[in-house]
Amino acid sequence: METLLAIVIGLLYAAGVYLLLRRSIVKLILGIMFFSHATNLLIFVAGGLHKGQPQFATDGINAVSANPTDPLPQALILTAIVIGFGITAFFLALMYRFYQATGTEDLDELKEGENK
Amino acid sequence: MTGILIYLIILLITAFLSPILISKGGKTAPWLLGMVSAAGFAWLLGFTGYISEGNSLNYTIEWLPELYLNFSLYLDGLSLFFALLVTGMGALVLVFSGNYMKPYAMKHRFFFLILLFEFAMLGMVLSGNLFTMFIFWELTSVSSFLLVGFNHEKPEARNAALQALLITVAGGLAMMAGFIMLGQMAGTLEINQLLKSGDIIRNHPHYLPALLLVLAGAFTKSAQFPFHFWLPGAMQAPSPVSAYLHSATMVKAGIYLLMRLSPVMGGTPEWKYILTITGAITMILGGYFAYSQTDFKKVLAYTTISALGTLVLMLGIDTDISIKAAIIFLLVHALYKGALFMIAGLIDKSVGSRDLRKIGGLNKVMPVASLAAIISLLSMAGLPPMIGFIGKELIYEAKFALPDIGNLLLVAGVMTNIIMVAISLALIFNLFLGPLKYPGERPTRPAFALRVGPSLLAGISLIFGLFPATVADFLLSPAIKSIRPSIDSFKLSLWHGFNEVLLVSFITVAAGVVLFLLYRKINPMLTHLNTEVITFRFADAFNKGLNVFLYLTKRKTSFIQSGYQRFYLMAIFIMTSVLAWYQLIYTWPEIESISFSRPGMFEMIILLLIVSSTIIAVLIRSRLAAILSLGAVGYGIGLLFIVYGAIDVAITLMLAETLVLVLFMVVIYHLPKFTNFSSKASRLRDAAVALLVGGFMTGLVLKAGQLNLNPKISDFYVENAIPLAHGSNIVNVILVDFRALDTLGEITVLVIAAIGVVALLKLKTKKGSAT
Repeated sequence: METLLAIVIGLLYAAGVYLLLRRSIVKLILGIMFFSHATNLLIFVAGGLHKGQPQFATDGINAVSANPTDPLPQALILTAIVIGFGITAFFLALMYRFYQATGTEDLDELKEGENK
Repeated sequence: MTGILIYLIILLITAFLSPILISKGGKTAPWLLGMVSAAGFAWLLGFTGYISEGNSLNYTIEWLPELYLNFSLYLDGLSLFFALLVTGMGALVLVFSGNYMKPYAMKHRFFFLILLFEFAMLGMVLSGNLFTMFIFWELTSVSSFLLVGFNHEKPEARNAALQALLITVAGGLAMMAGFIMLGQMAGTLEINQLLKSGDIIRNHPHYLPALLLVLAGAFTKSAQFPFHFWLPGAMQAPSPVSAYLHSATMVKAGIYLLMRLSPVMGGTPEWKYILTITGAITMILGGYFAYSQTDFKKVLAYTTISALGTLVLMLGIDTDISIKAAIIFLLVHALYKGALFMIAGLIDKSVGSRDLRKIGGLNKVMPVASLAAIISLLSMAGLPPMIGFIGKELIYEAKFALPDIGNLLLVAGVMTNIIMVAISLALIFNLFLGPLKYPGERPTRPAFALRVGPSLLAGISLIFGLFPATVADFLLSPAIKSIRPSIDSFKLSLWHGFNEVLLVSFITVAAGVVLFLLYRKINPMLTHLNTEVITFRFADAFNKGLNVFLYLTKRKTSFIQSGYQRFYLMAIFIMTSVLAWYQLIYTWPEIESISFSRPGMFEMIILLLIVSSTIIAVLIRSRLAAILSLGAVGYGIGLLFIVYGAIDVAITLMLAETLVLVLFMVVIYHLPKFTNFSSKASRLRDAAVALLVGGFMTGLVLKAGQLNLNPKISDFYVENAIPLAHGSNIVNVILVDFRALDTLGEITVLVIAAIGVVALLKLKTKKGSAT
C-alpha cells in the first residue's frame, strides 16, 4: 500500500508541476491545489499508515500501546489544509482581479506588458 | 598619538564644513583651509626630533582583535615623511585651488572632495593596521574617482574617472586578499608587529601568492606597467588635482605600501625580480611617451609614470643605497612635479591652452612662475645645484653597485634620464624662454595665490639641493631607517668628487642636450608614430574589454532572467529534483528490505479514483470538468484519511474542498475558457520536468517510510492528553491546547487572506471594470 501511495503522491506532484508550468493562470491555481493535496498526503504517509481506529486517548497510562496511530502528522495536516484553503481563496480572488485588470489569463503577457 | 587622531577628525570635519565656508567665505576661505592643512604640517614637524631618535608611536582602538581588525595609527620615520608630504602639499594645493577653481560653479564640492582626499591619504600613511590602511586606501580611490570626474559634463572625464576607479579598486581588492593572507601568516595585521615577523612571512608557503596580491594593489595605484594608462587619462581632472593626487601623493601610495612592507616581504628573489622588471619597463615606457607628447599635462603625466617606475625599480634593487635613493627621489619628484603641475594649471588658466606647439616665451608675461618652473625643470633634469641632481646621482650609484643585471638597468636608467634632460630643456627653452607665442589673447599675469605654491616648492628644491645635509638628518634618515634599520649614518652632499657616477651624469647631460636639439624634428615624428602607426592603446583595450564583459553579462542576465514566471519555476524544479535525485540514488542501497501492507479492495478503488481524476484534471479542456476532477481528488484523499483513522483531518479536508469548489465556481464564470497557449514540444518538455519531480517525490516517500522517526514527541502528547489537557481526542488537543499558539497563527493567516480577498473583490479598477 505504501508503494502505491508513494506512486500516487508522485503523480499528484507531477500533475502539480505540469500545471504550474502552463501559461494560463487558472491552471496555475489548479497546480497549486495539486501541490497542497500531494503534500498533505506526503506528510500523512510519512507518519506511518495504521488502519482502523481514530486516535483517542482512553486513559493516561497505557494509551500509547493501545493507539499506534501517530497524532502529530494529523495535527500538522489539519493546519496545512486550513492554510491551503486560505491561500487558494486568496489566489482565486487575485486571479479574478488579474483578469479584470489585464483582460488576459496568459501569464506570459505580464512580461510583454512590462516591456511596453 | 591621540593628537594625530584628533587632527584626522578635525580634517574630516573641515572637509564637511568646507562647502559652506567656500560659498560664504569669499576670497579668504581657501587660505583658511590651507591654514588647517599647514597647521597639521607644522604640528607633525614637531615630531621629527622625537622620531629621528629612533622612536615610534602606536595607537590602537580594538575593533575585532580575533580577526586582527583594529583601528590603529602608527607613526615612525616613514609615515612621518609621507604625512608631512601630504599636509604640506595639501596646504599649497588648497591655496592654489582657491584662485584656480574660481570660475567653476561647483567649487565648493571640489574643496570638499580634495579635503576628503587629504583626510584619506593622511589616514592611509598613518595607519598602524593593514586593514585600517585598506579602508583609507579605498577612500583615496573613491575621492580620486570623484575628482577626476569633476568636470562630469565631459564624457572623456567620466570615462577617465571610471577607468581610474576600476583599475585602482580592482587592485585594492587584490591587495585586501593579500592583507588577509598576511594576517593569517603572521597572526597580526598591526604594522609594528608585522615588521618583526618578516622571516615567518618570507618562509611561509603562501608567501608568493600573498606577494602577488599585494603587488597588484601597489602597482595599480602607482600606475605601473601594464596598468599605467589610467594616469594620463586622469589628467582630465583640474590641475590642482593632478598636482596633488596624481603626482605628489596618491600615486605614491603604492610606493608607500612597498616601502612599508619592504622589511616584511622584501629581499626575496621574487620581490627583486618582479619589482625591478616592472619598474624598469614602466620607467622607459613613461620616458618614451613623455618625449612624444604635445600636451604639457600629458608630458608631466608620463614623466610621473617614469618616475614611479624608477621608484619601484629602486625598491626592487633593495640595497642600502637604492633605498636611500628611493626616499630622496620620492621627495625630489614630489617637489618638482607638484610645482610643475600647478604651473601647468596656471598656464592653462592664463593662456587658455596647454599645447606645447602653440605656446612659448612665457617669461615675458609671468616671470616669477617661469623662474619657479625653470628651477623645477632643472631638478627634473637632475642638474646641479638642484636636489634632483643628488637624487639622480644616488640612483646611478645604486645601479652601479649591482653585480649582474646592473649594467642593463644602468643603460635603461641613463636612457630615461637622457629623455628627462631633453624634455626639461625643451620645456625650458620652448615654453618659458625664447620668443613669446600664444594662441588667443595676450596672457595675463597670474594671481599671487597661483604663484605662491610653485614658487615655494621650487625654492625648497633649490635650498635642499644646496644644503642637503639638513634635510637628510631630520627627515630622510628616520624614513630610511624605518625601511631598513641597519642603515645608521646617512650623509647627503651635492659634490661627490670625480667618479664613474659623475662621468655617467656628464654623458647623460650631453646626450640629453643632443636629444633636445633634435626635439623639434623627432617629436612630430614620434607623435605621428604614436597616433598613426601604433594604433594599440591600453586605455582602448581596457574599454573594449569592459564592453565585452558588459555584453556577456547582459547576455547571461537575459538568459537567466527570462522574465517568464514559468521558466523561473522550471529552473527551480529542475535544479532541486536533479540534486535530490543524486542524493536519492547515492543513498539508495542503505534502505533495508521494506515490508509493505497489502492494499485492500476498498483502498484500491480510492487510489484508482484519485489517479483517474488527476489525469482528467490535467488533460481535459473544460474548466468545469477540471475543477470537479480536482474536487474528486480531494475527496478521494479524504476517504483515504478515513480509512487510516484520521477522522478529523478527513472532515476538515472535505469541508475545505467543498468551499474551494464553490468559490471556484463563482469565479470561473468571470474568466475566459481555457486557451491552448503552448506548443506540443513545450508540453512534452513540461511533462518531462513534471515526471522528474514526481519521480523524486515518490522516491522520497519510499525512503521516508523507512526512517525511524523519534516517537517521543507524539508519545508526550498521547500520554498527557487527558492528564494535562483533559481531552481524549489527541489531534484536537494538540491543535487547541498544546499548540494553541500555532493555531492562533493559523487563524491569523486565514483572517489576513480573508481581508485580502475582500480588498481584492471590492477594489474598483481605476480604468473601469474590464468585464
